[in-house]
Amino acid sequence: MNESYELPLEDAGYSFGFLDEYAKKEVRRCILKAIAIPGYQTPYASREMPMGRGFGTGGLQITLSLIGVQDTLKVIDQGSDDSVNAVNLRQFVQLTCPGVEVTEKTEEATLLQSRHRIPEKPLTEAQILILQVPYPDALVVVEPSEARRKVMHAEADYSRLLVKLYEDIVHFDEITISHRYPTRINGHYVIDPSPIPRWDVPKLHQSKALVLLGAGREKKIYAVPPYTLAEPLVFDDIVFRVEDFRDANGVRHACRCCGSTVSFLDEFSDEQGRVAYQCSDSAYCEEQQQPHSGSAA
Amino acid sequence: MSYVAIKGGKAAIDSAAAATDYMRCKNAVDEPIKLSVIEDQLRLLTSRVVSEGGLYHPKLAALALKQFQGDTLEAAFALRAYRSTKPRLLETPLQDTSKMRCIRRISSAFKDIPGGQMLGATFDYALRLLRLDLANEDLAAFRQVAKNFLSNTPEADLPDSFPKVLDALRAGGLLPPVGTMREQAFDITRDPLVFPVPRSAALATMARAETGSLLAMAYSNMRGYGDVHPTVAELRVGYLPVMLPHPVTGELMEAGEVLMTECEVVAMYESGNAGDMPVFTLGYGACFGHNEVKAISMAILDRALQKGMRDGPDNPSEDPEFVLLHVDGVDSMGFASHYKMPHYVTFQSDMDRLRTTQGKLRKTGETA
Repeated sequence: MNESYELPLEDAGYSFGFLDEYAKKEVRRCILKAIAIPGYQTPYASREMPMGRGFGTGGLQITLSLIGVQDTLKVIDQGSDDSVNAVNLRQFVQLTCPGVEVTEKTEEATLLQSRHRIPEKPLTEAQILILQVPYPDALVVVEPSEARRKVMHAEADYSRLLVKLYEDIVHFDEITISHRYPTRINGHYVIDPSPIPRWDVPKLHQSKALVLLGAGREKKIYAVPPYTLAEPLVFDDIVFRVEDFRDANGVRHACRCCGSTVSFLDEFSDEQGRVAYQCSDSAYCEEQQQPHSGSAA
Repeated sequence: MSYVAIKGGKAAIDSAAAATDYMRCKNAVDEPIKLSVIEDQLRLLTSRVVSEGGLYHPKLAALALKQFQGDTLEAAFALRAYRSTKPRLLETPLQDTSKMRCIRRISSAFKDIPGGQMLGATFDYALRLLRLDLANEDLAAFRQVAKNFLSNTPEADLPDSFPKVLDALRAGGLLPPVGTMREQAFDITRDPLVFPVPRSAALATMARAETGSLLAMAYSNMRGYGDVHPTVAELRVGYLPVMLPHPVTGELMEAGEVLMTECEVVAMYESGNAGDMPVFTLGYGACFGHNEVKAISMAILDRALQKGMRDGPDNPSEDPEFVLLHVDGVDSMGFASHYKMPHYVTFQSDMDRLRTTQGKLRKTGETA
């Protein structure tokens, strides 16, 4: 037995960005490749992070590989800066990246890490959006084998996916895919845009900001570069529709806090058990509530 | 209002952490558990964690078990995350397991193996009757156990290492000769699995796989979803000297030792290449720590996967993608846990689809 070795007590502190520098460099190289081949799922040796696979480790590795002390970071989950997972990820970055600023304001951030939402406020060329991805491959609904899917992507063979959409229309008169809507990037690769709602898919199209998608458990990084085509997979005679927030009379529900009628809404039961609606994007909602903001003043 | 309880994350996390630590310390008359107690008295638990964590550091494994209150998945996970902070400084040369300082080695293929069977510490033939005398074990009696064992065991003339059973089979022409490694071993910590993957990638993935997952897949093969029908040629547990090149001279020197379990199974013969004699086939399993079920499962799956890689899979346990992408404890437990996170947005989107579809069907129903 090795009785003599010791616990690494001096390791209580971690280096900047948690990961060792070789790991960060590797992630950055994969990001460059992902940008060069829009929509292509670049494999990388995803490291284990100190939070669960599925909690945003892919996004986090991208964030930690890119972040420097000059950056300002915003982290959201379900559109909210204050949800448990967003707080957890933000605290971890603050712990391991001393000197990095954090913000809740979309426009102040240089890096935005998000799960399930793209902020309502349009992003700029100076910003990078990092989306956390559970399932990187849009083809997984029709083909379980990764090796076979890789060939299908290479040949831009999305026929089985289109058949699935067609069958949906035959069965339900609607395409049933809600979030994770398959989206064709730059006319070739179809991506899973992460579980953003349909509402957010059009924001990828010709986005001014670079969009990076990281799947930690599935070990893939892919990108929608700025000013790139991002088209949801549809048919010529079936238009792509986002979530409908109108009531039975066709009146658009408004956020109960800020009154917005143009944002993605969360639906819930209020204290009286009535159905209520509220902006999913908490930073947007707060800004709308400021007396001097926009036309509401 | 619970649905909208998305605010106040920081306070919630802090409180959850405090409640979790309370659970560890709530019985104020207990003493905090010492790491050496975990490492020694719960040695098989520690073994499991070093193996699934893919990091040989029993003391850190014991610490992780203490911190995560006995959860093997979480403890192995913590070791992996710790590993992420360390650069890879060196690639180890091939290590020779015939040099292992065995604490146990058996073969179910032959009664008499060169060097002899050595049962060592095992529960294999123990009666699983609860020993209630352990419930309130007296310290003096506890110490006497070790004393008695050491004084009653003659210092047998045991050799440092034992020859490998497979070598005897090989000498008899029953096994294929040892092949030469054509390519460098695949490092799963530095390269993602892009299928098809070489056998070394499969072995590395299984070596740090979750024990229960490996067992379930291997068991499916044993029961009939597959046909490996293995014979354990040799199972050995012991301390393997780790040989590393001297930084100046390059000469191999012993840098330390790791406790390992190694299993080699022999399976039914196949016709060799045209003109060759048919020979038995092999499956190999090895992992850190003392984990016999894991090593056996891995050896069976290695054999099953070799068949799948060559002829295409007939069963799940022969499919490299199916096996290798679903046996990692950190991946699978993380993803299972993530379903506990809020999915408000996606569920909102799901409701929109369902309502739209229902609305359309209702309309068609009305017009019909």
